[in-house]
Amino acid sequence: MSSATSHRAVPAPQKIRESVKQKSALPWLTLPALFFFVVFAVVPLVGVLALSFANWDGIGAIGVAGMENWTSVLSDPELYNSLGLTFMIMIVSWLVQTPISLLLGVFTAGTQRYRAALAVLYFLPLLLSSAAVAIAYKALLDPNFGLAMGLGLPFLAQDWLGVPQLALGLIIFVIAWQFVPFHTLIYQGGVRQIPKSLYEAAQIDGAGTIKQFFHITLPQLKYTIITSSTLMVVGSLTYFDLIFVLTGGGPGNSTRILALDMYLRGFRANLMGPASVIAVILVVVGLALALFLQRLGGKDQQGSQLEGM
Amino acid sequence: MKQFQSSRRSFLALAAVTPFAVMATSACGTSGPGSASGGGASMWFLTGEPNQTTMQKAVDAFGSANPDNKIAVTYFQNDAYKTKIKTAIGAGQAPTIIYGWGGGGLKTYADAGQVEDLTSWFDSNPDLKNKFFPSSFGAATVDGKIYALPNQYVAPIVLFYNKDLFDKAGVQPPKTWEDLMSLVKTFNDMGVAPLSLGGQSRWTSMMWLEYLLDRIGGPEVFQAIFDGKPNAWMDPAVIETGTKIQELVSADGFIKGFSSITADSKADQALLFTGKAAMMLHGSWTYGAMKKDGQNFVQNGKLGFVNFPTIAGGKGDPKNGVGNPAQYMSISAKATDKEKESAKKFFKDGIMTDTVVDAYINSGSVPIVKGIEAKLDSSPDKDFLNFVYALGKDAPNFQQSWDQALSPTAAEALLNNIDQLFLKSITPQQFAENMNATLGK
Repeated sequence: MSSATSHRAVPAPQKIRESVKQKSALPWLTLPALFFFVVFAVVPLVGVLALSFANWDGIGAIGVAGMENWTSVLSDPELYNSLGLTFMIMIVSWLVQTPISLLLGVFTAGTQRYRAALAVLYFLPLLLSSAAVAIAYKALLDPNFGLAMGLGLPFLAQDWLGVPQLALGLIIFVIAWQFVPFHTLIYQGGVRQIPKSLYEAAQIDGAGTIKQFFHITLPQLKYTIITSSTLMVVGSLTYFDLIFVLTGGGPGNSTRILALDMYLRGFRANLMGPASVIAVILVVVGLALALFLQRLGGKDQQGSQLEGM
Repeated sequence: MKQFQSSRRSFLALAAVTPFAVMATSACGTSGPGSASGGGASMWFLTGEPNQTTMQKAVDAFGSANPDNKIAVTYFQNDAYKTKIKTAIGAGQAPTIIYGWGGGGLKTYADAGQVEDLTSWFDSNPDLKNKFFPSSFGAATVDGKIYALPNQYVAPIVLFYNKDLFDKAGVQPPKTWEDLMSLVKTFNDMGVAPLSLGGQSRWTSMMWLEYLLDRIGGPEVFQAIFDGKPNAWMDPAVIETGTKIQELVSADGFIKGFSSITADSKADQALLFTGKAAMMLHGSWTYGAMKKDGQNFVQNGKLGFVNFPTIAGGKGDPKNGVGNPAQYMSISAKATDKEKESAKKFFKDGIMTDTVVDAYINSGSVPIVKGIEAKLDSSPDKDFLNFVYALGKDAPNFQQSWDQALSPTAAEALLNNIDQLFLKSITPQQFAENMNATLGK
């Protein structure tokens, strides 16, 4: 070391020590999070995996079942019905919710006062609990005592929740009604992040509103779309309360999605082993979907969205 | 000085936190055994009037007479309770007194050694045992041992009808299945739904199967299923039952939209007393609810009730009943001796007192206590009460509701398959086969 550096280093050791301290403290900062992750995620996960190879009615002693639960669940047509319904609700919900919340998000991103007022209105459904939403819709849709008869509109008095196709469609509608506000909020935030200068430049070049939307807004929202879609898709695996209250999985098995199937097997039929198998399947499907959606974003997702402007 | 300050501060913090910690631990304790105030027992019961008030009054009266054996009650909603109690027992957190419906659920608890064997206790208290209908002990018994105290009231399934609509149509309540099928046509032509049904609840649809199977094949068919005999579900009577159900559905017997109506919302009862539906097969417990909600429908004598119709060539006695012979209370095997003693004392002196019996009669129910004929006769609901009493007392066979009699695993499969049978998405043959696969589970 030269004397020049030692001169300048008079106040430095303190700083260096501090920065070293900070660096070495960083791993410790993750400990609380790690603790909760292990206690509330890893331990139950291992427990469920173990239970999926066990015989348990939820009350008596736990016995070893080997592969029995897995073979019986995997050969059960009900599983594939539930799996199909889960994907159906997932895909149709995405197709319904994404355009609506994207357009609403773009619309409410403006700063006019009336837009702010409307944004508050749009946001209201999200403030209600799923159970309350389900009970309210159930009462409104009752073909004999519901809204249709109250308003004297008998053509609306369909057996909404009693016909398999109608019930499924209705569930997708109610899910959209409840969750569009949340995704609207995400898109609103995304749109507000887009630099004004891009639009100003486009306007100078003579691009209209529609051109601006497709050439600036939509590409700039790429990562917002991926974030919102990930939440939508992975979240749709856990739609439970709404469907449980609205249809209970019926009529027949026409709305018995995977999460509901797991609950009914475990807590109604006392089959904790097979229910755990379904729980494991849910985890695997959820992880696979989340990873797939991350891949869609590509590696450059880590970089800045504003690069090259 | 600094040292002192910080230690004083931590002392103060400790002092501030301690009461919360104590509160938290004691609050947690009330849900588990062994923490009821006064060293007594804990009990879980169902919300909903009039039974909740009746139970609270009984507990209060018992508590003031026995300050050392107070019972701490927590109330839960019916469907939520069914899941909660199972989970609590599995986790070793059951209350001292476990409320239930006997049958298959109780057998699960007994097999797991979670409930006390009360046989010898009943033997040493013969007065208590002789107080109740003998038929009420069936669902409390597992392998010849009594695991529960029968209590509350007998609740058979009854065919209710709207007298106004029957007068308007100029018809009589059905005595045979043919009568019923022709009434379906009559009321459909009038633009009135023949039968109300809360089909989304599924056990409501099950009540039709219970009676049909009993009338067609006699009680032996379900007994064989209950005993887990091989191919018991493949009995021709089961398939004929399913066929009759689908005939009734095809003839538009049930109100349009029945599969989206729930029994919890009581919409099925409302359909009957508002004149939108002519008949309803339902538990006798709906009488009290219709009396309360039906705007004098019951009080003005517009509610009719008959036994389930007979079926030509059927083997079952037309006097046979189905439904709930009683409700049941067991004692957790995990409770302390002191708690068990409190619970037994409550069973003996607190639960079915004269006051409680009167309260049940006033709410339109028939308590399972013998020798109440005079009380029933002096009630404003004496026609209905005597009808239910006779049904409970004179029935050669009183079949417990299937979803309670069977194991939870078989019961869930049953409800699921019944739902599909009513929707006609499976045939009666498939129904029998699907159920046959659950035998012994």
